[in-house]
Amino acid sequence: MKVESMLQAKKKTGLVFFPAFDWAISPSHPEREERLLYTQDQVFEEGLLDIEGITEYKPDLVTIKDVQRVHFCVPDPWTVMTESHFISAGGAKTIGMARMDGKVERGFALVRPPGHHANRVVHGARGFCNVNIEAIMVEYLRRAYGIDRVAIVDTDCHHGDGTQDIYWHDPDTLFISMHQDGRTLYPGSGFLDELGGPNAVGTTVNIPLPPQTSDEGFLYTIKEMVLPILNDFKPELIINSAGQDNHYSDPITNMNFSARGYAELTDLLQADLAVLEGGYSIEGALPYVNTGIILAMAGLDYNHLREPDYNPERYRQTTATTRWIEQTGLRVLKSWQQRKELTEKLRADQTIHQRSRRIFYDTDNIYEVQSESIRVCDDCAGALRIESSSDKDVAILAVHIPRKACQACKEQAYEWYDSANLGRFDHVFLQDRPKDTYLERKKENAK
Amino acid sequence: MIIGLDVGGTHTDVALIGHKGIEKEVKVPTDEAHLFETVLTGLEKVTEGVNPQEIRRAVLSTTLAANLIVQNKLPPVGMIVSGGPGIDPRLFRTNTDYHIVRGAVDHRGREVETVDDFEIMMVAEALKLKGIQYVGVASKFSVHNPEHEKRIAQLISPHFERVFLGHQLSGSLNFPRRIATAYLNAAVYPVHKQFFEAVKKSLVKKGLDVPIRILKPDGGNMNFDSSFDDPALSILSGPSASVMGALAYAPSSGATLVLDIGGTTTDMALLIDGVPLLDPLGIEIGPYKTLIRALHTQSIGVGGDSVVHEDEGVLTIGPERNGRAMAYGGPEPTPTDAFTVLGLVNGGDRERAVEGLTPIAERMKVSLDEVALQIFDQACRQILSGAQEMIDRVNSKPVYTVHELWEGSAIKPRHLMILGGPAPQFAEKLMTMFEGNVTVVPHWQVANAVGCALARTTCEVMLFADTAQQVAVADGEQASREIPRGFSLEDARRMALELLREKALQRGANPDHLEMEVIEANQFNMIRGFHTIGKNIRVRAQIKPGLIRGYDPIAGKLRRQDL
Repeated sequence: MKVESMLQAKKKTGLVFFPAFDWAISPSHPEREERLLYTQDQVFEEGLLDIEGITEYKPDLVTIKDVQRVHFCVPDPWTVMTESHFISAGGAKTIGMARMDGKVERGFALVRPPGHHANRVVHGARGFCNVNIEAIMVEYLRRAYGIDRVAIVDTDCHHGDGTQDIYWHDPDTLFISMHQDGRTLYPGSGFLDELGGPNAVGTTVNIPLPPQTSDEGFLYTIKEMVLPILNDFKPELIINSAGQDNHYSDPITNMNFSARGYAELTDLLQADLAVLEGGYSIEGALPYVNTGIILAMAGLDYNHLREPDYNPERYRQTTATTRWIEQTGLRVLKSWQQRKELTEKLRADQTIHQRSRRIFYDTDNIYEVQSESIRVCDDCAGALRIESSSDKDVAILAVHIPRKACQACKEQAYEWYDSANLGRFDHVFLQDRPKDTYLERKKENAK
Repeated sequence: MIIGLDVGGTHTDVALIGHKGIEKEVKVPTDEAHLFETVLTGLEKVTEGVNPQEIRRAVLSTTLAANLIVQNKLPPVGMIVSGGPGIDPRLFRTNTDYHIVRGAVDHRGREVETVDDFEIMMVAEALKLKGIQYVGVASKFSVHNPEHEKRIAQLISPHFERVFLGHQLSGSLNFPRRIATAYLNAAVYPVHKQFFEAVKKSLVKKGLDVPIRILKPDGGNMNFDSSFDDPALSILSGPSASVMGALAYAPSSGATLVLDIGGTTTDMALLIDGVPLLDPLGIEIGPYKTLIRALHTQSIGVGGDSVVHEDEGVLTIGPERNGRAMAYGGPEPTPTDAFTVLGLVNGGDRERAVEGLTPIAERMKVSLDEVALQIFDQACRQILSGAQEMIDRVNSKPVYTVHELWEGSAIKPRHLMILGGPAPQFAEKLMTMFEGNVTVVPHWQVANAVGCALARTTCEVMLFADTAQQVAVADGEQASREIPRGFSLEDARRMALELLREKALQRGANPDHLEMEVIEANQFNMIRGFHTIGKNIRVRAQIKPGLIRGYDPIAGKLRRQDL
C-alpha cells in the first residue's frame, strides 16, 4: 500500500508558540509557568507541528519603539515590562509579519503573558496584562505594511477593556468584545452603551453575554452580530483576541463553551490572526481549545476533538439565556446601524470632549486617576490629551497625535505638549504617529 | 582492531583500524539487489591476511531498511492504534492492516476510556487469519502512561512472533510519529533479523566470529542483540557515519560545518563544540515521519556526478544524477568532467569530458577552461547556500523559555570540514569562498567507515514524573515506578541517569566511559485552586554521541589493549 500524508492544511497556517516556561506573575498565580504545559503536550502529541502547511515561527522581540507606538509607559517601558512581555508581544508581531509577507494565510500567536487589559497609559499590570500585544502588533503592521482598516474581535470571557481604551477614538479600528456581563465579572465594564469616543462612535462594539451561555449562544453571537458588522466594516485584517476562559471548566468565569464550540467559532470568524489571551483551565480546557483553534484555522477536520469529560446535555443553555442573547443582538445591531445619529448626540457641538476615570490595577495594586480630552474632529481621529496620576505619586501628561492626523489636530497636540507645566507633571509624553516618533519632557529628579 | 563498514549508494567503504592506525581500507561497489554479498565481500576483503583473533568487533551501517522503505517493499504487518479524542487517527494510517481500537489516556496519563479486551482479541484474530506475524501497537500519550500499550501486548503476544510498543523506542510526545515508528519497527524486524543473522552465520563459517554492532542515525551504535528490540534504529545511519568520521579531527570549540561530498549528493551536518547537533524529533524517510533519534543532517542534490545545466548563460548543478560523469562513460556533463578538463583529477577520459563541456562553452561564448571553472564555482556556491539554509533553519528553531530566547546565540560556523570522493578539489575552491578554516578530513575517502568503527554506543531516556499521581514513567522501561510525593527534580535526574546507564549497558556500552548527560530538566508546580498538589517533572538524558574511549585522534590510532 502506498502511504501518503493525508493531513494537509487547507490554509497555510503559522504558529508562534511561546509558553514562557520560566515566567510567572507569582508562583501560585493563574498566569504561571504551568499554564501552557498541557497545551504543549497536547499540541506536540497530536503532531500538529508536523502537519504540512502548519509552520512554527520563533518569536522576535518587540522594540521599545514598537511599544511606544501604542503605549505611554510610566515612567518608561523598561519599568513596566519584563523580558517575557517583549517576547509575547514579539510573538504576535512575528505572526503578523508572516501573514503580511504572504508566508502564511492565517496565524496564531500562542503566547503568554496576555495583553487585552493593558490600556494606552500603563502604570503597571492589570488583569494579568502589562502591554497590549494585539495593539502593538496592529500598529506595527500599519506602520510597516501600510494597512488601514483593522477589526479586532475579542472572544475572551473578560471584557477587553485595554484594547477598547486604545481604540476608543480610532474610527479605522473596529473593536468587538463578546464577554461575560460586566456586572458578574472582572473588569466590570463592556456594556452595550460603550460605543467609542466622539470621533469613532460605533467602532467599539460590546456584546455582554449572560453567565452560563453555551455553544449555541456563542455561535449565535458570531453569526447574528459579529459577522454582519464585520461585513459592513470591511476590514483589511481580522484579528481574534482568542481568550479561552469561556470554557465550561474555567475556574474564574461562569460560561459553558466547549472546545468544539471554540473550533466552530474560529471556523466562522475566519480571522487572519489570532492571539491567545486568557484561559486558566489549564488541564481541562486549554489543551483541547488550542488544538481546536489550530485545526480550524488550518481548515482541518475537528470533529473528533472533544474534552474527555464533555457532556453537551449538561451544558445546554436555558431558553431564558437564549432569549436574553437574542435581545442583546437586536440592541447591538441597532446601535451599529444608528452610529451616525449617535455621533451627533454625543458630540453635542463640543470642540473638546472630556471624560474622567479611575482605573484600578488589580494585579499590581495601583490606583490611577485619568482625565482625557479629545479634539472633536471630522477629518481625523482627533488629538488626544491624557492627564494621569497614580497613588505611586507620579503624574504625567500624555499627548497622542493619531496616525492620519489633520493639520489642526497636529497643531493642537504640539501646543498641549509644549505648553505643559513641568511643575504639575513628572513626565510629559508626545506620541507623534504621523512622524512615528515619541518625545518626552521630564521634571528634574522625576521618578 | 575494529572494522567499520558503511554501505553507500555507489560504494561500500570498509576500514580496519587498530593500534597502528588505519591498517586497511577497501572500497567495493554496492549492489543494492544483493546487499548481503556486498557486505560480505567488503568484510572478507578487509580481513584478508588478518588474524581473526585480533578483531574485536565490526560496526555496520547499511542501507537495508532504508531501501525497503523507499522502494515500498516492507512486508505486511499489523498495527493496533488507540487514540481517543483529537485528530482522527485514521489520518495517520501507515499500512493496510491498520486497526483503530477503543481506549484513551489524557495528557497527564490518566485513563479516559479503558481498553476493550474483546475488541483487541477480535483484531488479533483478524490479523492472524491474514497470516500476519508482527504487530506494532501505539496509543496516544503512552509515554505518559504505557498501560494501554502494555495491556494490548499482553493480550496478543501469545499469538504473534513479535509485538513492538510505541512507548519503547522513544519518550517524545508525538502520536503520529509514534505510530509510524512502531510500524517501521515491526515491518523492518523480519528483514533485519534475517539479514544480520545470515551475516553473522557466514562470518562464523569463515572463522570470523566477531561481535557485530549496528550504527544508528544518531551517530552511535547498538549491539547485535539489542538491534532486534528496535530494528528501526538502523534506518538511515549513512550520514551519521560521515559525521563521526569527521568528528575525530574536529575542533573542540566553536561551530563546524561538515560536508560529505559524494557522487550524487552532498550531506551536511553541524558540530557545536565538537559534538554533533541532533535533530529535535527524528528522521523522516519516504512518507514516514518518525521518532528515530538522528543527527541533524541534510542532503542536497549536488555531487561530483550531478548533471550540469545551462540555460541562457546561467549554470546550475543537479539535483539529478544520470549515471557517472562523461569522462567515466556517463551520458551528461558533470562537475567531475569540469575537474577532468581542469586537470584536477586524472583517471577519466579527458576527451569525453571536453566533448561534454564544449557545447556549453560555445553557447556561453567562453573558453573551455572558463566554463569548467564556472561549473566548479557554481557547484561550490550551491553547496554553501544549501548549508546556509540549513543553518538558518537551525537558528530559527523555536525555544520555549525566556532564558533560552535571551541567551541563545545564533550558530555561525567558522570551520568547514570536507570528506567524500572529490573532497580535496572542493576544499581548495571552498577555501576562497568560505569565511573561516577549511580542512579535508584525513582518509577522506573512507572517513565514513572510520566513523562507523569509532562511534560509541548511544541511547536516550525521557523520564516523566507526576508527584501528584506518584508515578514516574520512562520509555523502554518494563514498568512505570511508584514515587513518593516528595520526589524532586534531583531524584528525577538520578533516576533518569540510572535508567540510561542500564539501557546503555544493555546496548553494549563501555561501563567505564558512559559519557552520560542530562539534556533537559524541567519541573512545574501543579497548582489547583491555591494549593500545590505536586510537581510535574520532565528529564531527558542521553549518552552524548562521540567516539569511543581509547582512540587517539592525533596519532589516528587505537590505544586500548582490549580493542
